[in-house]
Amino acid sequence: MLEWRRRREPSLPMLVLSPLIAIGLTMLTGMIVFTAIGYDGFHAVESIFLTPFLEPQRWADIGVKGAPLVMIALGLAIGFRANVWNIGAEGQYVMGAIAGTGVALLTYDMTGWWILPAMVLAGILGGMAWAAIPALLRVKLQVSEILTSLMLTYVAVQFLYFLVRGPWKDPGGFNFPQTRMFTADQTLPTVIEGSLVHLGIPVALLLAVVAWLLMEKTTAGYAVKVVGLAPAAARHGGFSAARTTWATMLLSGGLAGLAGLFEAAGPFGQLTPQFPVGYGFTAIIVAFLGRLHPLGIVFGGIVLAGTYVGGEIAQSTVRLPQAATGLFQAMLLFMLLAIDVLVRWQIGWKRRAA
Amino acid sequence: MTTAMLVSIIMTLIAASTPLLLASLGELVAEKSGVLNLGVEGMMLCGAVAGFAVAFSSGSMALGLLAAILAGVAAAMVFAVLALSLTANQVATGLALTIFGIGASSLIGAGFVGRTVQRLGPIFPAALSEHPVLRIVFGQDVVVYLSLALVAGVSYFLRRTRAGLILRAVGENDASAHAIGYPVVAIRYAAVAFGGALAGLGGAYFSLALTPMWAERLTAGRGWIALALVVFSAWKPGRLLLGAYLFGAVMTLELQAKAAGVSWLAPEVLAMAPYLATIAVLTMMSLGRKTGRLDAPACLGKPFTAS
Repeated sequence: MLEWRRRREPSLPMLVLSPLIAIGLTMLTGMIVFTAIGYDGFHAVESIFLTPFLEPQRWADIGVKGAPLVMIALGLAIGFRANVWNIGAEGQYVMGAIAGTGVALLTYDMTGWWILPAMVLAGILGGMAWAAIPALLRVKLQVSEILTSLMLTYVAVQFLYFLVRGPWKDPGGFNFPQTRMFTADQTLPTVIEGSLVHLGIPVALLLAVVAWLLMEKTTAGYAVKVVGLAPAAARHGGFSAARTTWATMLLSGGLAGLAGLFEAAGPFGQLTPQFPVGYGFTAIIVAFLGRLHPLGIVFGGIVLAGTYVGGEIAQSTVRLPQAATGLFQAMLLFMLLAIDVLVRWQIGWKRRAA
Repeated sequence: MTTAMLVSIIMTLIAASTPLLLASLGELVAEKSGVLNLGVEGMMLCGAVAGFAVAFSSGSMALGLLAAILAGVAAAMVFAVLALSLTANQVATGLALTIFGIGASSLIGAGFVGRTVQRLGPIFPAALSEHPVLRIVFGQDVVVYLSLALVAGVSYFLRRTRAGLILRAVGENDASAHAIGYPVVAIRYAAVAFGGALAGLGGAYFSLALTPMWAERLTAGRGWIALALVVFSAWKPGRLLLGAYLFGAVMTLELQAKAAGVSWLAPEVLAMAPYLATIAVLTMMSLGRKTGRLDAPACLGKPFTAS
């Protein structure tokens, strides 16, 4: 008879293959489900998962959408490794953008090379500050960071609405709820002349390499992994859980804030109520699809960015509603979690009792 | 303040509290069995859209509520298969369920945006349900009475029945419960299904009684507040009732302030109130005791495998 057996250690080939199997299963399920509810399922899946990668003119857009996803997911994944569940990256992303925009509005009539770096610094600090609240509550009072970080996302979004409708409203903006447009010195430069490809994309890739070095080559990275896998052993070995919580929350908050600032100073060029698009939540899927590994996250970010780009394509080619993108993203995570069982377990013939 | 105003405020408060009470009561039972299902928001949205779609298409409120319950259970079963049978990480699975619920409800609801249905009405005759004062007691709809009865029922079930004792045992010590011979996974399936049913019903209360219409992300994070309420309640149904009505009051604030023409306070600040209150309450709960998980079921969130 066949039976499930727990593997002594996780299967490395399955660990690498599982995201690919999950993507395959999501495509198959998506085709069936969307055909069943009356859409052109085949072309919907083709538009979302294949077209963005097969048409080179879409690649810049994948990069633009992938950069914030990768940046946020890198920070989240390090936290998840340490069992720190920061799920409020969306709020930290918004607060980073708000802090950076604050600097932009203060320096509106100035020029100088230092303005953008100052905005970047403010963005990182804004995200960190927002993540510091759940970190403090968890370390000092054992309050679940899951709930507090998420609640703070709603607060951050309302704060954004308040600013763009009230004190930060563009005086020359015909009463639209939006801030002034950023000046040339406040805008993220593009790396390829005349394209959408901004500085955030190479920065995201660089950060992935840095995160990989941090996790694999430093004691700090090792401490994070030990705290997550064996809290008791970590205490014994002198690795502080409190310090790890602080470090991972501030790191993930700072990266989310940086991503938010890049988005504001890059593709948006101002703040509007449409600014929060859910990258902070999608980044959670990116982190899991990348197996919480920095280099895997680059792959995950490209796939999920592809679904955003592909979702827009599918809206025009097969009239698929925008919401379908989110559904495909969630299905992807479901499939991945289901496939994960193969990493930890194997199917084999039942052995006779010895 | 006139009596009529006070009565109207209390009516709004009860209505705002009911979906929170339902969703958090369901989650309480699931957590008592040792399962942390963070997908409450997603299950509520599934219930909200299914309830609205069926009630709108069939014209029957009863069918709508039934569909909402079934949709909530169906969503909960997706969670159960992954987290209980395949022992996937419960936090990740719950998050996936919420993202799924947002996507699925937006997709299904796309054709219903802006449509309205006849609001779920009171069950007692007009003489009682429209009485200027007594309508607080007699002017409620069936779901409100059901939610209150369920609080009493769940409280009795958990404290006084054998089945309730077994459910708690599974949540406190799954290995021992398994060793005695109780089907741990099956019991957790049942508890998660109950949680899904109540979350679905709570979601439908938004789309069929509160608004009563469909809009994307209708529940606006109430599922997460329901999760926080379970912590606030220290896993006790009676305190959950108190907590849900307290939060209902905070949410009513926004509406009351608007109605009273409060202009010095920005509407966005009022909209933040329930979320800030949640953080404040979680913080105060922790200040009151030495360790944060003192009252939580010991096996909460831990995967269980029989071998």
